[in-house]
Amino acid sequence: MSERCAVIGVGQTKHKAKRDDISIAGLVREAAKRALEDAQLTWSDIDAVVVGKAPDMFEGAMMPELYLAPALGAVGKPMFRVHTAGSVGGSTTLVAAHLITAGIHKRVLAVAYEKQSDSDAMWALSVPQPFAAPLLAGAGGYFAPHIRAYMRRSGAPDHIGCMVAVKDRLNAVKNPYAHLHLPDIDLKTVQDSVMLWDPLHYLEACPSSDGAAAIILSAEDGVTDGAFPPAWVHGMAMRSEPTMFAGRDQVNPQAGQDCAADVFAQAGITNPRAEIDMAEVYVPFSWYEPMWLENLGFAEQGDGWKLTESGATALDGDIPWNASGGVLSSNPIGASGMLRFLEAAMQVRGQAGEHQVDGARRALGQAYGGGSQFFAMWVVSSDKP
Amino acid sequence: MSPAASRRPVAIASFAQSQNVRRDQERNEVEGLMPVIAEVFANIGITKNDIDFICSGSTDYLIGGPFSFVAALDAVGVWPPRSESHVEMDGAFALYEAWVRLQEGDIDAALVYSFGRSSLGDLNEILALQLDPYYLAPLWPDPVSVAALQARALIDSGRATESDLAGVAARNRKSALSNPKAQVAYDRSVDELLSEEYAVAPLRKHALPPITDGAAAIVLAAGDKAQQWTDHPAWITGIDHRIETHALGARDLTRSPSTTKAAEMAGVGDGPVDVAELHAPYAHQELILAEAMGLGDGVSINPSGGALAANPLMSAGLIRIGEAAARISSGSAHRAVAHATSGPCLQQNLVCVLEGE
Repeated sequence: MSERCAVIGVGQTKHKAKRDDISIAGLVREAAKRALEDAQLTWSDIDAVVVGKAPDMFEGAMMPELYLAPALGAVGKPMFRVHTAGSVGGSTTLVAAHLITAGIHKRVLAVAYEKQSDSDAMWALSVPQPFAAPLLAGAGGYFAPHIRAYMRRSGAPDHIGCMVAVKDRLNAVKNPYAHLHLPDIDLKTVQDSVMLWDPLHYLEACPSSDGAAAIILSAEDGVTDGAFPPAWVHGMAMRSEPTMFAGRDQVNPQAGQDCAADVFAQAGITNPRAEIDMAEVYVPFSWYEPMWLENLGFAEQGDGWKLTESGATALDGDIPWNASGGVLSSNPIGASGMLRFLEAAMQVRGQAGEHQVDGARRALGQAYGGGSQFFAMWVVSSDKP
Repeated sequence: MSPAASRRPVAIASFAQSQNVRRDQERNEVEGLMPVIAEVFANIGITKNDIDFICSGSTDYLIGGPFSFVAALDAVGVWPPRSESHVEMDGAFALYEAWVRLQEGDIDAALVYSFGRSSLGDLNEILALQLDPYYLAPLWPDPVSVAALQARALIDSGRATESDLAGVAARNRKSALSNPKAQVAYDRSVDELLSEEYAVAPLRKHALPPITDGAAAIVLAAGDKAQQWTDHPAWITGIDHRIETHALGARDLTRSPSTTKAAEMAGVGDGPVDVAELHAPYAHQELILAEAMGLGDGVSINPSGGALAANPLMSAGLIRIGEAAARISSGSAHRAVAHATSGPCLQQNLVCVLEGE
């Protein structure tokens, strides 16, 4: 009963610290227009628009999709707004894709963004709430203890996180849309940068970015003859688990394991490292690469850091992770998850330019959010399912 | 794409809502939701383990902090982990997402819920932030004044009078007397209501929604599962939503073309309508919506009292679907229309058609 779904157009902005030349509407429209151009479509070819972003307080505008309706060509159409914390860019893509697979629409535009310079995410994350522990240190402070737990559990040496930071930043140099371009970065530069949240150095943390991403999803009969072939969706899944729960393992969350098992089963994948050509995975702090390598089943428990250390996840390794430079190089929060899904699609469409993984035919996009309790994933391929 | 007739049959199998109150000071969001979730399962004798997908609707701006939906998940208890999603919209739109998900046939049941305490902040300030952040929000237009512009335009068009507005309010509040969950219910004459002072002309207090804390939940079930769980499922025979431009000055505020389009797509006109539950927070909006959907005199509008009797933000739309379904399930209606709105002056509208066996 499920219809086939394909990515036929992608677009993103150049991500940077401040896009003070443009409004929120201008930002999302820039990404959406690039996606339309990529698919060789116009606004009238789109049946519905799905918008995603992280907490509204990040810009100080409540339910901003209402204001964005005309800028995204949604007037007279269905418009939808998703919010699932940091995984939202991924979930937004999946909600849009389900409108295709459920047979509701022929072509859907999914857009996600953050314009962090309009407000202050650190403030927005830290508003005191009754009966809740304040998150005054922001996201890095929240994740640092879990990273320390991972290091202790796996016996990983201290330099692994710094290696990820170097790898992703050097990949980003090959991606013209990436926020950070640090061509001279090396291990020593990262290790010498200031310690923000032990064990995370400044250069092991994601930047704050303004940026937007857009994906056009299509049913089989809506696929256009664009410059690049479609990327077909082979599996998609979301999972959530409770925030506060004594049985929770925040280093290797069950929701992430279950989500991966679901999406791989749909795609017929039993050995992700062997059967997937590249992955775009939400790594906002360096150590989440080895942690998610294990969580997603690319490595045995305790061995994720060995993959990173061996160079397997580098652009020329056997399983490149975050060829685009990842969240460590561009972090428009609401869009960061969608960028993972979008970059995975770009790879299997062969449109990734300098950061293209040779011969990539099957790719994973992953996003996570909150305190590692929300997960969204998809597998895309150049082959029709 | 495919015609409505080819859709998988999905029904509202169970509905529950909290008592709607002006201010719930004793309970936080999770505590307010827990009995509602428990009731929506108990109604049909199921547990969360019977649910394949969860979708909720809420907004961070009511609690004044990020991720209000995160803690709310504890009202369900998502362990082991669940397939779950959230919309920063009224719960009616969460129901739409769940309905779409159920169309694919691989899963059979979904839990939808929504919540919000409107009492925590000043809605005049909060809802001003829902307007264009560059050109409107900095002027802090309060929601009552924005709605009054629309009411004034409607009266100036000659299609309604202040007395008509009072008539809508009197009927809704009188209907609310038989709704045990209602917050504002009374039996007052139109003349009595017209003697009130203006809140913002031409709107008097009776034409405004109450400020409400509340929550609601619905279980959606497909095909055989719905038949198995309830003797009287309310089948969704059509559901659609549309949005208009945000710019108030670019719209004819006296009309709701997005409602007309959504009603057409949902098939409202394909048969007689017995009951319509319209999410019209302001009295004049009920008139605009009824006209936009072509609802005739024979339609019983808002037997629950509608949003004028209780307006828990983010739940008032989902409650309309639940109230309409309750009329189908009780046998008092065979075909019902439910509606939810979002944004200033009915900017975005969802229409759902429900039928009995």
